[in-house]
Amino acid sequence: MRARRAGTALLVLAALTALLLPTAAGAASALRTELNEIEAEVMCPICGTLLELAESPEATREKAFVEKLVKQGKSKDEVKDALVAQYGEAVLAEPKGSGFNLSAYLVPIIAFAVAVVLLALAIWRWRRAAGSREDHKPEIEGPSDEERERLDADLARYDL
Amino acid sequence: MRLRSVIAVLVAVAVVALLVFGLLSKGNSRIAVGEEAPAPELAKLGESGKGSLKEYRGKWVLVNFWASWCEPCREEAPALVKFQGEHGGKNFTVVGIDTQDISDDGAKFAEEFGLPYPLLHDGGGDNAHEFGTTGVPENFLLEPNGKVAWETPGPVDAKVLEEEVVPLLPPKSEAS
Repeated sequence: MRARRAGTALLVLAALTALLLPTAAGAASALRTELNEIEAEVMCPICGTLLELAESPEATREKAFVEKLVKQGKSKDEVKDALVAQYGEAVLAEPKGSGFNLSAYLVPIIAFAVAVVLLALAIWRWRRAAGSREDHKPEIEGPSDEERERLDADLARYDL
Repeated sequence: MRLRSVIAVLVAVAVVALLVFGLLSKGNSRIAVGEEAPAPELAKLGESGKGSLKEYRGKWVLVNFWASWCEPCREEAPALVKFQGEHGGKNFTVVGIDTQDISDDGAKFAEEFGLPYPLLHDGGGDNAHEFGTTGVPENFLLEPNGKVAWETPGPVDAKVLEEEVVPLLPPKSEAS
């Protein structure tokens, strides 16, 4: 009887372990994914590289700080805010879209727009110049009567 | 032709603007002896509120840039603690600036070594950058008027402090 109970208990334990192991592995995997995402979006200020690429002692402390906050259940934005509070905005790989930092987003858009306008302008000018050349092309006239008679005579001469 | 001239001028202006921006944003050069030290407001480490090197005008200040993750900083800390104990007073103090570091880590470091002098937190390293530091630790001795009297990159020890800093300080009888 006792042996049967022990066997049942073991079976229950094994079943619970089988259920919990994937959950724990999934949680660890989700944590790693979130850490990877954050580390790819923030800088190691002293290294001047993305945190995910940095291996310096300072980067190790920064990674530990991020991991601690993620384990506390903080969202990505909350972690980033905490990093900004520690290191300043230079810790963000992509600057926030306000103030002078807005220029990081606006300048490429404006440059692209200017390039498109200049290209369109160049094409328009090129086409207009081409059209103008067409208009001024000298008209080709056919042979005169005299030339036609001479041509017929020549052809008749060589008629084999 | 007129449009081409306008575009050429615009391109030239853009190139010049980029060059000027590049020159202005290039790394700060290290402040030299005789120059006034930058003294922006920084958060106090381990307590609320802000502080600045300006608060210590009127006394000699040994500014020590350090970080908790920096091994040489750990090695020099005991010498600075001892130096503050021997020379700190109304005419002299060490001021530690925890730079490029997480404030909690810095506070733990301060607790571990029992740093007895005022501590500021320069998390992003902007203040260290203004001094023109290239790493940690670095030390700058400021005169009472805020100008640099002596500086050294790298860690200090009791010998360096005794031989290079003490001769610049006012006599001990005045410094208590």
